[in-house]
Amino acid sequence: MTKRTAKLFGALTGAAIATVLAAAAQAQETVKIGLLATLEGPFAAGGQDGMRGAELAVKERGGTVAGKKIELVKASSDAKPDVAVNSTRKLVEQDKVQIMVGPLSGSEGIAVKEYSKSQPGVTFINGGSGAQATTLLNPSPNFFRFNTDGGQWMVGLGDYAYNTKKFKKMALVAEDYAFPYSQVQGFMAEFCKAGGKVTHKAWVPLGGKDYSSVIAKLPQDVDALLVVLGGSDAVNFLSQYEQAGGDKPMVGGSITVDQTVLNFKGKRRESLLGTAAAGPMADSIDTPEWKKFVADYKANFKDGFPSPSLFAFVYYINMKAALDALEAVKGDLSGNQEKYREALKALKLKTPVGEITLDENRQAIGPTFITEVAKGPDGVFFNKVVKTIPKVDQKLNLSKEEFEKMGLGSRDVPNCP
Amino acid sequence: MTIVRRWYWAWIGGLIIAALAVWGIVDNQRLFLVTTLNGLTLAALYFLVASGFTLVFGLLRNVNLAHGSLYLLGAYVGWVVGELTGSWFVAVAAGFLFAALMGLVLQVGVFRFMQGDDLRQTMATIGLSIIAADVALWIWGGQIYQFDPPSWITGTTALPLVGKFSTYRLVLLATAVVIGIGLWAFLAYTRVGMMIRAGVDDRGMLSASGVNVQMVFAITFAIGAGLAGFAGVVGGTALSIAPGEDTRYLLASLVVVIVGGMGSVAGAALGAVLIGVAEQFGLAYAPTYGIVFTFVIMALVLAFRPQGILGRRT
Repeated sequence: MTKRTAKLFGALTGAAIATVLAAAAQAQETVKIGLLATLEGPFAAGGQDGMRGAELAVKERGGTVAGKKIELVKASSDAKPDVAVNSTRKLVEQDKVQIMVGPLSGSEGIAVKEYSKSQPGVTFINGGSGAQATTLLNPSPNFFRFNTDGGQWMVGLGDYAYNTKKFKKMALVAEDYAFPYSQVQGFMAEFCKAGGKVTHKAWVPLGGKDYSSVIAKLPQDVDALLVVLGGSDAVNFLSQYEQAGGDKPMVGGSITVDQTVLNFKGKRRESLLGTAAAGPMADSIDTPEWKKFVADYKANFKDGFPSPSLFAFVYYINMKAALDALEAVKGDLSGNQEKYREALKALKLKTPVGEITLDENRQAIGPTFITEVAKGPDGVFFNKVVKTIPKVDQKLNLSKEEFEKMGLGSRDVPNCP
Repeated sequence: MTIVRRWYWAWIGGLIIAALAVWGIVDNQRLFLVTTLNGLTLAALYFLVASGFTLVFGLLRNVNLAHGSLYLLGAYVGWVVGELTGSWFVAVAAGFLFAALMGLVLQVGVFRFMQGDDLRQTMATIGLSIIAADVALWIWGGQIYQFDPPSWITGTTALPLVGKFSTYRLVLLATAVVIGIGLWAFLAYTRVGMMIRAGVDDRGMLSASGVNVQMVFAITFAIGAGLAGFAGVVGGTALSIAPGEDTRYLLASLVVVIVGGMGSVAGAALGAVLIGVAEQFGLAYAPTYGIVFTFVIMALVLAFRPQGILGRRT
């Protein structure tokens, strides 16, 4: 055989194999779902756990929905909006996914929502991102979010900090992007209304690492710190705050004292005990649904955290919503996915924390849990539930007028120095 | 004439900075001093990473874009060894040795076959850094790791004027100074150091005079990589280690050596101080826009002295 015929022969074999494979794939229909999370950057640990959560929802159905095989196509970003859009674009335009689940972080969510408007044939379901603006400002008709947003996650905490913890004056350290803005608004809307003062705001760059100078600038005459940092940023801040001799009690954002942070490898986490925080879930919710979710997570992911992190949870519910609605329409994605989207809108999603429904902007209404960090008998740190607010809507349970008067959270909104 | 004009601008810039510094001291003396010290300690860390980078570049003309991976892998291996032995010092040594070994393997197994081929080397190092990052994610996961240094260096030390300051950061600063002096002495007074300097100046001549250039290259690469691994453990103790640190420190090293001058160890020290201090002052005095400072410095250097402050034209 000459070299040329060998090449030709090789090409023919390749083509033949490809045809056979394609035929096999058609025998059992598949539904392609894109999954995007951050496996790099400050939320790498969270992204990895988010992937686990989404996989758990797929595993619960044995990898099939309405008789179709579920094919997950994964991609990664690094919490930056442009990277998230590029990865989404790759999944949608190159891999031709029909449903898209992701991204993880706040500003990414806004960027992907904008992109979704240019792809009306694909349904986008959020992953873990929690910026208010994603569904509140110029919502996209094919973008759905079954997790509550960063502002909703903090409802009740401002009141708890002021009235139960008796913190009157606080200083703020938060990352400078959309999600912490929402979180801080959720907290301060109540805290300021109750009469509290936030005298110092430090907005730091995401992934900043070295906070020593930010710490040096914190005022000494406050009762506590509100720390809205996530992942490695939170760990870095906490250890450096201790290194610098800081001793103020802390109130955390929803991802400040998440499992990713509680489980960091090192001994300095003792100082986290007693830290109050709030979020859409907590490690110690006392219902059979939640306990089953935790048990399933543990059984499926030996390398995972001692219990699912917030990102595992939100990716789980969003993926579950995607699949439940797909089941409801028997896998029918025809007509620009019209029926499927109606099913998503009408979904009363059964989640480990209770029922979640969507509002007119396709944004979730669900419960919020106020927690405090406690140490279990086995030495494992967990968030103990101290209070539950059963239904929180995107207007932070304020009236429409009150919410609109305040406006969206930003560096300067709300303000009560 | 152009030189006079350049100095004229330098004087004006210097005056503005001096005025700002005076305002900073008068406004809040403690904050100013703490920020300066923070900047210097961050610079110490940057110097440790960048010195290896610049050493390798100076001799091999090889922009090793996998330098950040050596930092991260050294840190992870150091952490594992530290957990096993319970000793932080062993962890530091392990980080250095492992990264040095990796460097040796890279030089002997990869770069020797593409000498003088800049583009291929760059592509190969980018490829390797992506593989290394994925392998690290696979082995160590996305968790955040922190070291347990001995207790006598973890607390705070009271300094005159500054007050309480993290002891560990002071140790970090001292370590970097010692390493810097050691590196200088090594280059200036030892035989191998002499060969390295000769190689920087003229590789062909060095080879012609009977020196085994490949061995000099291998030693340099091992030291440069080892310094990255060393910095991984030492820096991971001050901050933390997690996926993504590799590109972060690669970028920091690049900025530092571009500012200081490619191939110059003294330049790396100067660049590190400029960048570290600028970053910390940015965080303390202009948190939102502070990140720009670093790149303003880089842009200015590239505009007025493209070879870097202490760099030589090649």
